[in-house]
Amino acid sequence: MSKNMLEIKDLHVNAGEKEILKGINLKINKGEIHVIMGPNGSGKTTTANAILNNPAYTKINGSIEFDGEDITNLKTDEIARKGIFMSFQSPEEIPGVSVTNFLKYAKNKITGEPVKIFAFKEELKKYMEELNMNPKNMERSLNVGFSGGEKKKNEILQMLVLNPKLAILDETDSGLDVDAIKTVSKGIEMFKNENNAVLIITHNTKILHSLKVDYVHVLVDGKIITTGSQELAEIIEENGYSQYK
Amino acid sequence: MKTKLEEINRNIYDIKNKDEYEFKIKKGLTAEIIEEISKQKNDPDWMRDFRLKALEVYNKLELPTWGPDLSELNMEEIATYVKPKSKLNSSWDDVPEDIKNTFDKLGIPEAEKTSLAGVGAQYDSEVVYHSMREDLIKQGVIYTDMETAVREYPELVKTHFMKCVPVSDHKFVALHGAVWSGGSFVYVPKGVKVDIPLQSYFRLNSPESGQFEHTLIIVDEGASLHFIEGCSAPKYNKVNLHAGCVELYVKDGAYLRYSTIENWSKNMLNLNTKKAIVGKNAKMDWVSGSFGSKISMLYPMSILNGENAKTEFTGISFAGKGQNLDNGFKVVHNAQNTSSVVNAKSISKNGGKCTYRSLVRINENAKNSKSSVSCESLMLDDISISDTIPTNDIRTDDVEFSHEAKIGKISDKTIFYLMSRGLSEEDAKAMIVRGFAHPIAKELPVEYAVEMNNLINLELEGAIG
Repeated sequence: MSKNMLEIKDLHVNAGEKEILKGINLKINKGEIHVIMGPNGSGKTTTANAILNNPAYTKINGSIEFDGEDITNLKTDEIARKGIFMSFQSPEEIPGVSVTNFLKYAKNKITGEPVKIFAFKEELKKYMEELNMNPKNMERSLNVGFSGGEKKKNEILQMLVLNPKLAILDETDSGLDVDAIKTVSKGIEMFKNENNAVLIITHNTKILHSLKVDYVHVLVDGKIITTGSQELAEIIEENGYSQYK
Repeated sequence: MKTKLEEINRNIYDIKNKDEYEFKIKKGLTAEIIEEISKQKNDPDWMRDFRLKALEVYNKLELPTWGPDLSELNMEEIATYVKPKSKLNSSWDDVPEDIKNTFDKLGIPEAEKTSLAGVGAQYDSEVVYHSMREDLIKQGVIYTDMETAVREYPELVKTHFMKCVPVSDHKFVALHGAVWSGGSFVYVPKGVKVDIPLQSYFRLNSPESGQFEHTLIIVDEGASLHFIEGCSAPKYNKVNLHAGCVELYVKDGAYLRYSTIENWSKNMLNLNTKKAIVGKNAKMDWVSGSFGSKISMLYPMSILNGENAKTEFTGISFAGKGQNLDNGFKVVHNAQNTSSVVNAKSISKNGGKCTYRSLVRINENAKNSKSSVSCESLMLDDISISDTIPTNDIRTDDVEFSHEAKIGKISDKTIFYLMSRGLSEEDAKAMIVRGFAHPIAKELPVEYAVEMNNLINLELEGAIG
């Protein structure tokens, strides 16, 4: 088996008439944690949405391969079932559907296998404890009335339960206090192993203080203009993005 | 697997037995026809006279000028009385096989064994089965078909029959008074708590006919009851008419919960009337799921006549292609410290139309009363219609009143979010709709909540193109 998991080639993406991504190239191997950093409006969220083929964005050119298969134009749910997960910046609220029922349903769709309810609830409880989540949230409607922090933790919970091959975390750290960021990092560490990969999208560097990453890419104006190691993030923390403009 | 299940479910509601009957009245509506129905039913004289007077009222009243267009209804094309080839039985074994099969497939005898205290089953114009748990009979609870009640409890019937809903209320109540047949009569004596529900199921099989069952429930002082009503019919090309009447008396300190799942076929005009009179310290709860029918005009009503009387209405309507569901709730606060809570929801898709039409009236004498109304609609596409027409008639300042209306669509963002978790677009929409309906479903006994979810799935089938 090849180590190569995700390969994006020369990806151009529009939102409406406007070109947002102007030729992205990115390779992610099994066992790696990648970070895409960049100022607001540089195309970070568009990159995540384009991988999941959100119909709100239009792919103009380029391709996305996952596990050697072209997934550029697959439907979002098909991509999810191939093993790609995305943690949302603003998770949607679903009234009347409990966290437990939602995740049980989603897990069944992802794995194609029946979910054993007792073992599943135990698993859920265990993860919620690790993530300092209120176990009562299990029975609450998905994200309804959740605080910003609870929503983000709930995304990490979903990642752990659905156990994808590639987890894309879109601004999961934004708006969180130091403790919540630590919890999110803990969740990522619990998830991570040599057979999966993580792509963290962020505009600040706080989460990188408690997490070891393999590659940092800097995205400015729809293009990755430089790639480096964790040190690159430290340089950006000190100098900002102005040097790349 | 899932699709297959749903297909089976659709078949259940669409079972069409041969149009066999012992007697079918000729179509139309004349005094002769009413006399003939009365004769067929062995009415006492007072009931025959009552029917003929109701017909006179019917002839004088006009069709409603508001709401859905009823011009396609031609009473000359409707047979108002169809007597099935079965007498009233107290054992399912005695019910003719094709009729029994229908109820079997609808799950009625099974539910009777597991979760009901008593069952009535009506096929076309007559009740073919009625039975109740022995211990309730011993406590003096009466649960029987309406015809038996007329014969055996004339005083109770005469003092309550069409007193809560007088024939002058509107044209279809007058029609009902003239041609009513079947339905259930329940009397719960003072202080008796019926712990598990009674259910009556109404099945209309005969084409170009009408069903006019009369349900009369008296819950005496301090007693309590949960009554469930189910209805369905197979689909025919021409219109069928349902104009039932439900009269509920909830005496002082009593409790009644009335749950309905209506799943009429889409050629049905459902012009049903339901009303409750609620006494002092009494409570009336309505739970209503309205799915089928071509046109529905259904506005259950609570009249809060005693101090501290309470009512809650929880209802959902689901309109698909060609359906116009004009549903809602009416409440009159007619005493101090009364309260009403309304939680109404509607879903429309494929050009279906849902209207929430309501009345909240708080009379001058109803000081210190409370009313809170919330209605929420969900449209699944751009061609469907949703409307809210509330009338609030508040005649005293000493009240707490709130009305909240929300109309929404399923957003693409929400669909994308759910699809990113492995749900197909159809699954995602179904999940959102089920979640929307959940507050209603959780008010139903679990078997009915499951049935409601199945109906939602059926309605959603093929909805997403």
